[in-house]
Amino acid sequence: MNPLKSFLLQLQEISLLIWQSFAGLFRRPRYLGETIKQMDLIGVGSLPIVLLTGFFTGGVLILQTFPTLQYYSIQNEAGRSVATSLVRELGPVLTALMVSGRIGSAISAELGSMVVSQQIDAMRALGTDPIRKLVAPRLMALIFMLPILTVAADIFGIIGGGTIASSLFNQDTNVFITSVRNGITTEDLIGGIIKPLFFGLIIGSVACHKGLSTTGGTVGVGRSTTSAVVLSSIVVIIFDFFLSKAIQSIFDVGRI
Amino acid sequence: MLSSEIEQPVITVEDTELAATADIQDAVDDKTRILPAIEFRDVHLSFDGKKILNGVSFTVRRGETKIILGRSGGGKSTTIRLVLGLLKPDSGQILIDGEDITHYTEEEMMSVRQKIGMVFQEGALFDSLSVYENVAYRLIEQGVDEATCEKEVRRMLRFVDMEDAIDKMPSELSGGMRRRVGIARALVGDPTIVMFDEPTAGLDPPTARTICELAIKLRDLEDVSSIFVTHEMNNLEYLSSEYATVNDEGEVVYEMEGKNLCLINTEVIMLRDGQIIFSGKDEQLRKAEDPYIGKFIRGK
Repeated sequence: MNPLKSFLLQLQEISLLIWQSFAGLFRRPRYLGETIKQMDLIGVGSLPIVLLTGFFTGGVLILQTFPTLQYYSIQNEAGRSVATSLVRELGPVLTALMVSGRIGSAISAELGSMVVSQQIDAMRALGTDPIRKLVAPRLMALIFMLPILTVAADIFGIIGGGTIASSLFNQDTNVFITSVRNGITTEDLIGGIIKPLFFGLIIGSVACHKGLSTTGGTVGVGRSTTSAVVLSSIVVIIFDFFLSKAIQSIFDVGRI
Repeated sequence: MLSSEIEQPVITVEDTELAATADIQDAVDDKTRILPAIEFRDVHLSFDGKKILNGVSFTVRRGETKIILGRSGGGKSTTIRLVLGLLKPDSGQILIDGEDITHYTEEEMMSVRQKIGMVFQEGALFDSLSVYENVAYRLIEQGVDEATCEKEVRRMLRFVDMEDAIDKMPSELSGGMRRRVGIARALVGDPTIVMFDEPTAGLDPPTARTICELAIKLRDLEDVSSIFVTHEMNNLEYLSSEYATVNDEGEVVYEMEGKNLCLINTEVIMLRDGQIIFSGKDEQLRKAEDPYIGKFIRGK
């Protein structure tokens, strides 16, 4: 099969998976317990790595930009630079990439193992739709939890930036906080929340699709896991560009 | 169904005869028994241009066991996946209890699957669920209350002699135990049709024998229609020459058909490259002159 045909086929299958998951939400049985369990695994489970990533990203942003800002005597705007970078771009994207690595791989491996050990077939044979039972709760959990994780990463990123600014560059904490408050607009915050909603959908649908289409035994599970992480990360980064452009146009965010 | 397994009351010979006469009369009166439980009509299926099934037609009557023999990759497991609607044929018809399910959607198949139990090759137990949760899976999904669930699960586990393992996780079970739990899970909800997909593959002979005994018990005492996919001749021997009955003490015993009795509720199909090359009784199979069948039966 040529690459274009293969790409279109995968796109069709992923779109169908998303549609079936959402359509299934309005029919019984509803797997609320499973969704909450996944929210715990995805949200609470990913919190430590997301907070660490956010903190040190904020820190390194200040580390790299503060000397340049100082050169132009605008070091008082350091808080603004770190906050806008984190809220608009780095927070959503880095959180999505971390979650893609941790959760996307786990979902793909779990579903892939279930496919090769015939557990998915068994589920269907027992009268359960695997899309409603397995895919929909994971998708919902990712869509709900990724914005929350992103907010947490943003906050810790700003705290990390502030810590580095005050400890290494002796900047007054109040100056930093004022700069952050002046820098972030409501539109930035809305944009920063909308992005992870889509990223959650991308990570969940790609990981579930790759897991459910696993073939070739345990080697196939490894292959699915790798391609789920790689594909979802690439799609997140590419989609981020178009999403940023759309948000700029719709909410008038990101323009100076 | 399977109610005989809940408690073992003392059954007198008179009781057994009366019950048997009543059962036979009920069976004669039941018009739906005329319909085959499973029917394949000229079913074709290909994957990537390779013919997996090529014009397969057969029927499984009520209370009958159809043993499907054949080499690996010959289309045996595909046949039972088609019965469950896990695959769709390219052409032909598949009927379950006279209902044409060939073009049923996944949603429509869910109700059909309620009356079919499936025993998978490796058990296919859900790793993250305990034995209890695995066996109760169908009932939990249907929203059955906890007390009824536990009663039913214990009854089924007793049927496969696995009640002691109720709280264990699948990873703690041996291959044979997993298969037996798989059978218990397949039988929850009292399905009228059960599919066995090489349930004895890789098991030691005594455990394989136990699995075959369970299949015989379902066929003879519970009137279950089944397809038993295998490539092991021992399974054919057990299923086609022994029958289950209840003795005076109310215990299930297995007896040989002998020379004066011929089991009419077990037939054999042999598949080769997606085509049926033999269909009939085991005695006919053993007398078949086809060199492929001879090689399969005798190994040379």
